[in-house]
Amino acid sequence: MLDIIRVLISGFGENLRIFALTLLMAIPLGLIITFGSMTRFRPVRWLTRVFVWVIRGTPLMLQLFVVLYAPGLLFGMPMRNRMMATLVAFVINYAAYFSEIYRGGIESIPRGQYEAGAVLGMTRPQIFFRIVLLQVIKRITPSMGNEVITLVKDTALSRVIGVAEIIMVAERYTKQGLIGPLFSTGLYFLLFNGLLTLLLGWIERRMDYFRA
Amino acid sequence: MSILEVSSLGKSFGVTEVLKDISFSLEKGESLAIIGSSGSGKTTLLRCLNHLETPDRGSIRVNGETIFDASSDAGVSGTEMRRRRLHFGLVFQSFNLFPQYTAFQNVVLASELLARERPDYKARRKAILDEIHENGRRLLDSVGLSAKADSYPHQLSGGQQQRVAIARALALNPDILCFDEPTSALDPELTGEVLNVIRSLAARSTTMIIVTHEMQFARQVADNVLFMDRGVVVEYGRPADVIDNPKQERTRRFLENYFNA
Repeated sequence: MLDIIRVLISGFGENLRIFALTLLMAIPLGLIITFGSMTRFRPVRWLTRVFVWVIRGTPLMLQLFVVLYAPGLLFGMPMRNRMMATLVAFVINYAAYFSEIYRGGIESIPRGQYEAGAVLGMTRPQIFFRIVLLQVIKRITPSMGNEVITLVKDTALSRVIGVAEIIMVAERYTKQGLIGPLFSTGLYFLLFNGLLTLLLGWIERRMDYFRA
Repeated sequence: MSILEVSSLGKSFGVTEVLKDISFSLEKGESLAIIGSSGSGKTTLLRCLNHLETPDRGSIRVNGETIFDASSDAGVSGTEMRRRRLHFGLVFQSFNLFPQYTAFQNVVLASELLARERPDYKARRKAILDEIHENGRRLLDSVGLSAKADSYPHQLSGGQQQRVAIARALALNPDILCFDEPTSALDPELTGEVLNVIRSLAARSTTMIIVTHEMQFARQVADNVLFMDRGVVVEYGRPADVIDNPKQERTRRFLENYFNA
Protein backbone atom coordinates (compact mmCIF):
# COMPACT_ATOMS: atom_id res chain seq x y z
CA MET A 1 0.00 0.00 0.00
CA LEU A 2 2.70 2.47 1.01
CA ASP A 3 4.74 1.34 -1.96
CA ILE A 4 1.86 2.09 -4.27
CA ILE A 5 1.46 5.57 -2.79
CA ARG A 6 5.18 6.19 -3.22
CA VAL A 7 4.97 5.20 -6.87
CA LEU A 8 1.94 7.38 -7.44
CA ILE A 9 3.60 10.35 -5.75
CA SER A 10 6.69 10.02 -7.90
CA GLY A 11 4.40 9.80 -10.95
CA PHE A 12 2.60 12.95 -9.86
CA GLY A 13 6.01 14.55 -9.49
CA GLU A 14 6.30 14.30 -13.27
CA ASN A 15 2.93 15.98 -13.67
CA LEU A 16 4.00 18.79 -11.33
CA ARG A 17 7.30 19.18 -13.15
CA ILE A 18 5.51 19.61 -16.47
CA PHE A 19 3.06 22.00 -14.81
CA ALA A 20 5.65 24.23 -13.17
CA LEU A 21 8.08 24.42 -16.08
CA THR A 22 5.29 25.03 -18.58
CA LEU A 23 3.94 27.94 -16.54
CA LEU A 24 7.40 29.38 -15.99
CA MET A 25 8.13 29.50 -19.69
CA ALA A 26 4.68 29.96 -21.25
CA ILE A 27 3.81 33.06 -19.20
CA PRO A 28 6.63 35.21 -20.67
CA LEU A 29 6.54 33.54 -24.09
CA GLY A 30 2.81 34.33 -24.28
CA LEU A 31 3.60 38.02 -23.82
CA ILE A 32 6.02 37.94 -26.73
CA ILE A 33 3.36 36.27 -28.89
CA THR A 34 0.89 38.95 -27.78
CA PHE A 35 3.21 41.71 -28.96
CA GLY A 36 3.56 39.83 -32.25
CA SER A 37 -0.19 39.59 -32.69
CA MET A 38 -0.66 43.29 -31.88
CA THR A 39 2.22 44.83 -33.80
CA ARG A 40 1.50 47.41 -36.48
CA PHE A 41 3.82 45.48 -38.82
CA ARG A 42 1.29 43.40 -40.74
CA PRO A 43 3.32 40.38 -41.90
CA VAL A 44 4.38 39.65 -38.31
CA ARG A 45 0.87 40.19 -37.06
CA TRP A 46 -0.69 37.81 -39.57
CA LEU A 47 2.00 35.20 -39.14
CA THR A 48 1.53 35.29 -35.38
CA ARG A 49 -2.23 35.04 -35.67
CA VAL A 50 -2.03 32.08 -38.05
CA PHE A 51 0.38 30.41 -35.62
CA VAL A 52 -2.00 30.95 -32.71
CA TRP A 53 -4.90 29.66 -34.81
CA VAL A 54 -3.04 26.45 -35.66
CA ILE A 55 -1.92 25.82 -32.09
CA ARG A 56 -5.33 26.49 -30.60
CA GLY A 57 -7.14 24.72 -33.40
CA THR A 58 -5.41 21.35 -33.16
CA PRO A 59 -5.34 18.84 -30.29
CA LEU A 60 -2.54 19.13 -27.78
CA MET A 61 -2.22 15.34 -28.04
CA LEU A 62 -1.40 15.64 -31.73
CA GLN A 63 1.09 18.41 -30.99
CA LEU A 64 2.86 16.10 -28.55
CA PHE A 65 3.31 13.49 -31.28
CA VAL A 66 4.49 16.08 -33.77
CA VAL A 67 7.12 17.45 -31.41
CA LEU A 68 8.31 13.95 -30.57
CA TYR A 69 8.49 12.54 -34.11
CA ALA A 70 8.86 15.45 -36.50
CA PRO A 71 12.52 16.31 -35.73
CA GLY A 72 13.58 12.73 -36.44
CA LEU A 73 11.44 12.27 -39.54
CA LEU A 74 12.12 15.67 -41.08
CA PHE A 75 15.65 16.51 -40.00
CA GLY A 76 17.12 13.19 -38.99
CA MET A 77 17.49 14.42 -35.41
CA PRO A 78 15.19 12.20 -33.39
CA MET A 79 13.90 13.65 -30.13
CA ARG A 80 15.04 11.17 -27.50
CA ASN A 81 14.06 13.06 -24.40
CA ARG A 82 10.31 12.57 -23.91
CA MET A 83 10.10 15.08 -21.10
CA MET A 84 11.76 17.65 -23.34
CA ALA A 85 9.28 16.94 -26.14
CA THR A 86 6.41 17.26 -23.67
CA LEU A 87 7.66 20.61 -22.41
CA VAL A 88 8.16 22.01 -25.89
CA ALA A 89 4.61 21.07 -26.90
CA PHE A 90 3.07 22.29 -23.64
CA VAL A 91 4.94 25.58 -23.57
CA ILE A 92 4.01 26.42 -27.17
CA ASN A 93 0.41 25.35 -26.67
CA TYR A 94 -0.11 27.26 -23.44
CA ALA A 95 1.80 30.33 -24.60
CA ALA A 96 -0.63 30.55 -27.52
CA TYR A 97 -3.62 30.43 -25.18
CA PHE A 98 -2.04 32.89 -22.75
CA SER A 99 -1.23 35.30 -25.58
CA GLU A 100 -4.90 35.54 -26.51
CA ILE A 101 -5.87 36.15 -22.90
CA TYR A 102 -3.21 38.87 -22.63
CA ARG A 103 -4.36 40.44 -25.88
CA GLY A 104 -7.96 40.53 -24.72
CA GLY A 105 -6.83 42.09 -21.45
CA ILE A 106 -4.64 44.73 -23.07
CA GLU A 107 -7.31 45.63 -25.63
CA SER A 108 -9.90 46.02 -22.88
CA ILE A 109 -8.01 48.87 -21.19
CA PRO A 110 -9.70 52.15 -22.17
CA ARG A 111 -7.75 54.37 -24.55
CA GLY A 112 -8.14 57.18 -22.03
CA GLN A 113 -5.62 55.49 -19.72
CA TYR A 114 -2.93 55.65 -22.42
CA GLU A 115 -3.90 59.21 -23.32
CA ALA A 116 -3.86 60.36 -19.70
CA GLY A 117 -0.34 58.96 -19.36
CA ALA A 118 0.76 60.53 -22.63
CA VAL A 119 -0.44 64.04 -21.81
CA LEU A 120 1.41 63.75 -18.50
CA GLY A 121 4.64 63.25 -20.42
CA MET A 122 5.07 59.54 -19.74
CA THR A 123 6.98 57.36 -22.16
CA ARG A 124 5.30 54.37 -23.79
CA PRO A 125 7.12 51.86 -21.56
CA GLN A 126 6.15 53.92 -18.48
CA ILE A 127 2.52 53.91 -19.59
CA PHE A 128 2.60 50.13 -20.13
CA PHE A 129 4.42 49.13 -16.96
CA ARG A 130 3.17 51.84 -14.56
CA ILE A 131 -0.43 52.17 -15.64
CA VAL A 132 -1.71 49.48 -17.96
CA LEU A 133 0.01 46.29 -16.77
CA LEU A 134 -1.51 45.96 -13.31
CA GLN A 135 -4.97 46.68 -14.68
CA VAL A 136 -4.44 43.97 -17.30
CA ILE A 137 -3.25 41.51 -14.66
CA LYS A 138 -6.32 42.19 -12.57
CA ARG A 139 -8.64 41.68 -15.52
CA ILE A 140 -7.06 38.48 -16.79
CA THR A 141 -6.49 36.71 -13.48
CA PRO A 142 -9.81 34.81 -13.58
CA SER A 143 -9.23 33.52 -17.14
CA MET A 144 -5.61 32.72 -16.38
CA GLY A 145 -6.79 30.79 -13.33
CA ASN A 146 -8.98 28.65 -15.56
CA GLU A 147 -6.10 27.89 -17.90
CA VAL A 148 -3.76 27.08 -15.04
CA ILE A 149 -6.22 24.57 -13.61
CA THR A 150 -6.74 23.03 -17.04
CA LEU A 151 -2.96 22.74 -17.36
CA VAL A 152 -2.74 20.65 -14.21
CA LYS A 153 -5.09 18.12 -15.75
CA ASP A 154 -3.55 18.34 -19.23
CA THR A 155 -0.21 17.16 -17.87
CA ALA A 156 -1.72 13.65 -17.89
CA LEU A 157 -1.65 13.81 -21.70
CA SER A 158 2.12 13.45 -21.64
CA ARG A 159 1.64 9.69 -21.23
CA VAL A 160 0.76 9.41 -24.94
CA ILE A 161 4.43 9.94 -25.73
CA GLY A 162 5.58 7.80 -22.84
CA VAL A 163 6.17 10.11 -19.91
CA ALA A 164 5.65 8.13 -16.68
CA GLU A 165 3.09 10.47 -15.21
CA ILE A 166 0.70 9.47 -12.46
CA ILE A 167 -2.17 7.96 -14.47
CA MET A 168 0.25 5.92 -16.57
CA VAL A 169 1.97 4.43 -13.55
CA ALA A 170 -1.34 3.83 -11.80
CA GLU A 171 -2.80 2.02 -14.76
CA ARG A 172 -0.09 -0.63 -14.51
CA TYR A 173 -1.69 -1.86 -11.27
CA THR A 174 -4.85 -2.84 -13.13
CA LYS A 175 -2.86 -5.73 -14.63
CA GLN A 176 -2.52 -7.03 -11.06
CA GLY A 177 -6.27 -6.67 -10.65
CA LEU A 178 -5.93 -3.44 -8.63
CA ILE A 179 -8.27 -0.63 -9.74
CA GLY A 180 -7.91 1.44 -6.55
CA PRO A 181 -4.61 3.13 -7.47
CA LEU A 182 -5.96 4.27 -10.84
CA PHE A 183 -9.09 5.79 -9.34
CA SER A 184 -7.14 7.37 -6.48
CA THR A 185 -5.09 9.49 -8.93
CA GLY A 186 -8.09 11.80 -9.11
CA LEU A 187 -7.45 12.75 -5.50
CA TYR A 188 -3.96 14.03 -6.32
CA PHE A 189 -5.33 16.30 -9.03
CA LEU A 190 -8.18 17.42 -6.81
CA LEU A 191 -5.92 18.24 -3.90
CA PHE A 192 -3.44 20.17 -6.00
CA ASN A 193 -6.16 22.09 -7.83
CA GLY A 194 -7.73 22.87 -4.48
CA LEU A 195 -4.49 24.49 -3.36
CA LEU A 196 -4.21 26.38 -6.64
CA THR A 197 -7.78 27.64 -6.28
CA LEU A 198 -6.93 29.01 -2.85
CA LEU A 199 -3.79 30.67 -4.21
CA LEU A 200 -5.67 32.21 -7.14
CA GLY A 201 -8.35 33.50 -4.79
CA TRP A 202 -5.65 35.08 -2.67
CA ILE A 203 -4.10 36.76 -5.71
CA GLU A 204 -7.48 38.13 -6.78
CA ARG A 205 -8.14 39.47 -3.29
CA ARG A 206 -4.73 41.16 -3.28
CA MET A 207 -5.97 43.27 -6.21
CA ASP A 208 -9.37 44.00 -4.71
CA TYR A 209 -8.24 47.42 -3.54
CA PHE A 210 -8.91 48.97 -6.90
CA ARG A 211 -11.44 48.67 -9.70
CA ALA A 212 -10.36 48.24 -13.27
CA MET B 1 3.54 88.20 -27.35
CA SER B 2 0.68 85.76 -27.00
CA ILE B 3 1.32 82.64 -24.97
CA LEU B 4 -0.43 80.55 -27.61
CA GLU B 5 -0.78 81.15 -31.32
CA VAL B 6 -2.67 78.65 -33.42
CA SER B 7 -2.44 79.25 -37.16
CA SER B 8 -4.49 77.67 -39.92
CA LEU B 9 -4.85 74.36 -38.15
CA GLY B 10 -6.51 71.65 -40.23
CA LYS B 11 -7.31 68.02 -39.48
CA SER B 12 -9.18 65.37 -41.43
CA PHE B 13 -10.21 61.86 -40.48
CA GLY B 14 -10.47 60.04 -43.79
CA VAL B 15 -12.69 62.21 -45.96
CA THR B 16 -14.21 64.10 -43.02
CA GLU B 17 -12.58 67.45 -42.51
CA VAL B 18 -12.98 68.02 -38.78
CA LEU B 19 -10.89 71.19 -38.48
CA LYS B 20 -10.66 73.69 -41.32
CA ASP B 21 -8.25 76.52 -41.00
CA ILE B 22 -8.51 77.24 -37.26
CA SER B 23 -6.61 80.31 -36.05
CA PHE B 24 -6.72 82.03 -32.70
CA SER B 25 -4.43 83.26 -30.00
CA LEU B 26 -4.43 83.30 -26.22
CA GLU B 27 -2.80 85.69 -23.77
CA LYS B 28 -1.09 84.65 -20.57
CA GLY B 29 -3.59 84.46 -17.73
CA GLU B 30 -6.54 84.43 -20.08
CA SER B 31 -9.29 81.84 -20.00
CA LEU B 32 -10.91 80.99 -23.27
CA ALA B 33 -14.18 79.08 -23.54
CA ILE B 34 -14.80 77.11 -26.71
CA ILE B 35 -18.46 76.45 -27.40
CA GLY B 36 -20.28 74.73 -30.22
CA SER B 37 -22.47 71.74 -30.92
CA SER B 38 -21.09 68.22 -30.81
CA GLY B 39 -19.18 67.37 -33.93
CA SER B 40 -18.03 70.96 -34.39
CA GLY B 41 -14.38 69.99 -33.83
CA LYS B 42 -13.87 71.42 -30.33
CA THR B 43 -12.51 68.23 -28.82
CA THR B 44 -10.34 67.51 -31.84
CA LEU B 45 -8.84 70.97 -31.49
CA LEU B 46 -7.89 70.30 -27.85
CA ARG B 47 -6.50 66.91 -28.79
CA CYS B 48 -4.34 68.52 -31.47
CA LEU B 49 -2.96 71.01 -28.95
CA ASN B 50 -2.07 68.13 -26.64
CA HIS B 51 -0.47 66.07 -29.43
CA LEU B 52 -3.07 63.33 -29.09
CA GLU B 53 -3.89 63.97 -32.73
CA THR B 54 -1.49 65.21 -35.37
CA PRO B 55 -2.91 68.08 -37.41
CA ASP B 56 -2.58 67.84 -41.18
CA ARG B 57 -2.02 71.53 -41.69
CA GLY B 58 -1.04 74.62 -39.74
CA SER B 59 1.15 75.41 -36.78
CA ILE B 60 1.05 75.85 -33.01
CA ARG B 61 3.34 78.27 -31.17
CA VAL B 62 3.76 78.54 -27.41
CA ASN B 63 5.68 81.51 -25.99
CA GLY B 64 7.00 82.15 -29.47
CA GLU B 65 8.41 78.65 -29.80
CA THR B 66 6.95 76.59 -32.61
CA ILE B 67 5.84 73.35 -30.99
CA PHE B 68 4.05 72.03 -34.02
CA ASP B 69 4.33 72.77 -37.70
CA ALA B 70 2.63 70.44 -40.14
CA SER B 71 5.08 71.36 -42.90
CA SER B 72 8.23 70.42 -41.00
CA ASP B 73 7.35 68.17 -38.09
CA ALA B 74 7.91 64.73 -39.55
CA GLY B 75 11.02 63.69 -37.68
CA VAL B 76 10.47 64.89 -34.13
CA SER B 77 11.88 62.50 -31.55
CA GLY B 78 9.79 60.96 -28.80
CA THR B 79 11.64 62.87 -26.10
CA GLU B 80 11.16 66.17 -27.88
CA MET B 81 7.48 65.33 -28.42
CA ARG B 82 7.06 64.69 -24.69
CA ARG B 83 8.79 67.95 -23.81
CA ARG B 84 6.54 69.89 -26.17
CA ARG B 85 3.32 68.34 -25.00
CA LEU B 86 4.13 69.35 -21.42
CA HIS B 87 3.36 72.95 -22.37
CA PHE B 88 -0.23 71.77 -22.17
CA GLY B 89 -2.25 70.01 -19.50
CA LEU B 90 -5.48 68.24 -20.31
CA VAL B 91 -8.45 67.42 -18.13
CA PHE B 92 -10.60 64.77 -19.80
CA GLN B 93 -14.35 64.51 -19.90
CA SER B 94 -14.09 60.99 -18.43
CA PHE B 95 -11.41 61.89 -15.81
CA ASN B 96 -9.16 58.95 -16.75
CA LEU B 97 -7.65 58.66 -13.30
CA PHE B 98 -5.35 55.67 -12.83
CA PRO B 99 -7.50 53.23 -10.82
CA GLN B 100 -4.68 51.41 -9.01
CA TYR B 101 -3.25 54.61 -7.55
CA THR B 102 -4.64 56.76 -4.73
CA ALA B 103 -5.72 60.33 -5.37
CA PHE B 104 -2.36 61.52 -4.08
CA GLN B 105 -0.38 59.03 -6.17
CA ASN B 106 -2.36 60.05 -9.25
CA VAL B 107 -1.27 63.63 -8.69
CA VAL B 108 2.43 62.98 -8.10
CA LEU B 109 3.17 59.95 -10.34
CA ALA B 110 4.08 61.84 -13.51
CA SER B 111 6.24 64.33 -11.61
CA GLU B 112 8.12 61.50 -9.93
CA LEU B 113 8.78 59.81 -13.27
CA LEU B 114 9.89 63.04 -14.91
CA ALA B 115 12.18 63.87 -11.97
CA ARG B 116 14.24 60.75 -12.71
CA GLU B 117 15.40 62.38 -15.91
CA ARG B 118 16.90 65.29 -14.00
CA PRO B 119 20.70 65.23 -13.93
CA ASP B 120 20.80 65.91 -10.17
CA TYR B 121 18.20 63.21 -9.38
CA LYS B 122 20.59 60.71 -7.83
CA ALA B 123 22.30 63.27 -5.67
CA ARG B 124 19.18 65.07 -4.47
CA ARG B 125 16.60 62.28 -4.68
CA LYS B 126 15.12 62.81 -1.22
CA ALA B 127 14.82 66.58 -1.54
CA ILE B 128 13.32 66.37 -5.03
CA LEU B 129 10.71 63.81 -3.97
CA ASP B 130 9.84 65.78 -0.83
CA GLU B 131 9.25 68.82 -2.97
CA ILE B 132 7.04 66.85 -5.39
CA HIS B 133 5.02 65.38 -2.53
CA GLU B 134 4.63 68.75 -0.87
CA ASN B 135 3.38 70.15 -4.16
CA GLY B 136 0.98 67.22 -4.53
CA ARG B 137 -0.49 67.80 -1.07
CA ARG B 138 -0.83 71.51 -1.77
CA LEU B 139 -2.66 70.80 -5.05
CA LEU B 140 -5.07 68.32 -3.47
CA ASP B 141 -5.72 70.92 -0.81
CA SER B 142 -6.40 73.55 -3.47
CA VAL B 143 -9.16 71.37 -4.98
CA GLY B 144 -10.54 70.69 -1.52
CA LEU B 145 -9.55 67.02 -1.33
CA SER B 146 -6.85 66.83 1.34
CA ALA B 147 -9.04 64.39 3.24
CA LYS B 148 -9.27 62.07 0.22
CA ALA B 149 -5.55 61.85 -0.52
CA ASP B 150 -5.43 58.14 0.27
CA SER B 151 -8.70 57.21 -1.43
CA TYR B 152 -8.72 55.23 -4.65
CA PRO B 153 -10.66 56.63 -7.63
CA HIS B 154 -13.54 54.17 -7.25
CA GLN B 155 -14.08 55.42 -3.70
CA LEU B 156 -14.60 58.98 -4.95
CA SER B 157 -17.64 60.61 -6.53
CA GLY B 158 -17.40 61.76 -10.14
CA GLY B 159 -16.96 65.35 -9.03
CA GLN B 160 -14.16 64.40 -6.65
CA GLN B 161 -12.47 62.32 -9.35
CA GLN B 162 -12.56 65.24 -11.73
CA ARG B 163 -11.06 67.53 -9.07
CA VAL B 164 -8.24 65.03 -8.57
CA ALA B 165 -7.76 65.00 -12.34
CA ILE B 166 -7.46 68.79 -12.30
CA ALA B 167 -4.84 68.63 -9.52
CA ARG B 168 -3.01 65.95 -11.52
CA ALA B 169 -2.94 68.15 -14.63
CA LEU B 170 -1.70 71.12 -12.57
CA ALA B 171 1.11 69.10 -11.00
CA LEU B 172 3.30 69.46 -14.08
CA ASN B 173 2.71 73.19 -14.09
CA PRO B 174 1.58 73.46 -17.73
CA ASP B 175 1.61 76.82 -19.50
CA ILE B 176 -1.92 76.21 -20.72
CA LEU B 177 -4.48 73.99 -19.03
CA CYS B 178 -7.13 72.51 -21.30
CA PHE B 179 -10.51 71.17 -20.21
CA ASP B 180 -12.48 68.88 -22.49
CA GLU B 181 -16.10 69.18 -21.36
CA PRO B 182 -15.04 68.68 -17.74
CA THR B 183 -18.57 68.37 -16.38
CA SER B 184 -20.32 66.48 -19.18
CA ALA B 185 -19.86 63.07 -17.53
CA LEU B 186 -21.12 64.29 -14.16
CA ASP B 187 -24.51 64.15 -12.51
CA PRO B 188 -25.98 67.68 -12.47
CA GLU B 189 -25.59 68.03 -8.69
CA LEU B 190 -21.84 67.37 -8.98
CA THR B 191 -21.01 69.88 -11.71
CA GLY B 192 -20.92 72.81 -9.28
CA GLU B 193 -17.92 71.63 -7.27
CA VAL B 194 -15.86 71.14 -10.44
CA LEU B 195 -16.90 74.46 -11.93
CA ASN B 196 -15.97 76.17 -8.66
CA VAL B 197 -12.48 74.75 -8.85
CA ILE B 198 -12.12 76.02 -12.42
CA ARG B 199 -13.51 79.38 -11.31
CA SER B 200 -10.87 79.65 -8.60
CA LEU B 201 -8.18 78.81 -11.16
CA ALA B 202 -9.46 81.60 -13.37
CA ALA B 203 -9.40 83.95 -10.41
CA ARG B 204 -5.70 83.12 -9.99
CA SER B 205 -5.13 83.91 -13.69
CA THR B 206 -4.42 80.36 -14.79
CA THR B 207 -4.18 80.27 -18.57
CA MET B 208 -6.98 77.97 -19.67
CA ILE B 209 -8.91 76.69 -22.65
CA ILE B 210 -12.25 75.27 -21.63
CA VAL B 211 -14.42 73.31 -24.03
CA THR B 212 -17.82 73.44 -22.40
CA HIS B 213 -21.56 73.18 -22.81
CA GLU B 214 -22.13 75.24 -19.65
CA MET B 215 -23.04 78.54 -21.23
CA GLN B 216 -23.66 80.44 -17.97
CA PHE B 217 -20.34 79.26 -16.67
CA ALA B 218 -18.55 80.33 -19.85
CA ARG B 219 -20.14 83.74 -19.56
CA GLN B 220 -18.98 84.19 -15.95
CA VAL B 221 -15.51 82.75 -16.16
CA ALA B 222 -14.16 83.15 -19.66
CA ASP B 223 -12.32 86.25 -20.80
CA ASN B 224 -13.09 85.29 -24.38
CA VAL B 225 -15.44 82.88 -26.10
CA LEU B 226 -14.84 81.11 -29.34
CA PHE B 227 -17.79 79.58 -31.15
CA MET B 228 -16.96 76.73 -33.50
CA ASP B 229 -19.17 75.10 -36.07
CA ARG B 230 -18.23 72.38 -38.57
CA GLY B 231 -14.55 72.87 -38.07
CA VAL B 232 -14.33 76.64 -38.41
CA VAL B 233 -14.22 79.54 -35.97
CA VAL B 234 -17.54 81.27 -36.56
CA GLU B 235 -17.34 83.93 -33.88
CA TYR B 236 -14.80 85.07 -31.33
CA GLY B 237 -14.92 87.78 -28.69
CA ARG B 238 -15.97 88.80 -25.20
CA PRO B 239 -18.67 86.58 -23.65
CA ALA B 240 -20.99 89.56 -23.48
CA ASP B 241 -20.70 89.92 -27.25
CA VAL B 242 -20.60 86.30 -28.40
CA ILE B 243 -23.12 84.82 -25.99
CA ASP B 244 -25.43 87.74 -25.39
CA ASN B 245 -25.21 89.59 -28.71
CA PRO B 246 -24.00 87.14 -31.36
CA LYS B 247 -23.37 88.72 -34.72
CA GLN B 248 -23.36 85.57 -36.77
CA GLU B 249 -26.55 83.78 -37.75
CA ARG B 250 -25.00 80.37 -36.93
CA THR B 251 -24.05 81.46 -33.41
CA ARG B 252 -27.53 82.85 -32.87
CA ARG B 253 -29.15 79.58 -33.94
CA PHE B 254 -26.85 77.52 -31.73
CA LEU B 255 -27.57 79.66 -28.67
CA GLU B 256 -31.30 79.70 -29.34
CA ASN B 257 -31.33 75.93 -29.47
CA TYR B 258 -29.22 75.79 -26.35
CA PHE B 259 -31.28 78.15 -24.22
CA ASN B 260 -34.61 76.77 -25.45
CA ALA B 261 -33.67 73.17 -24.82
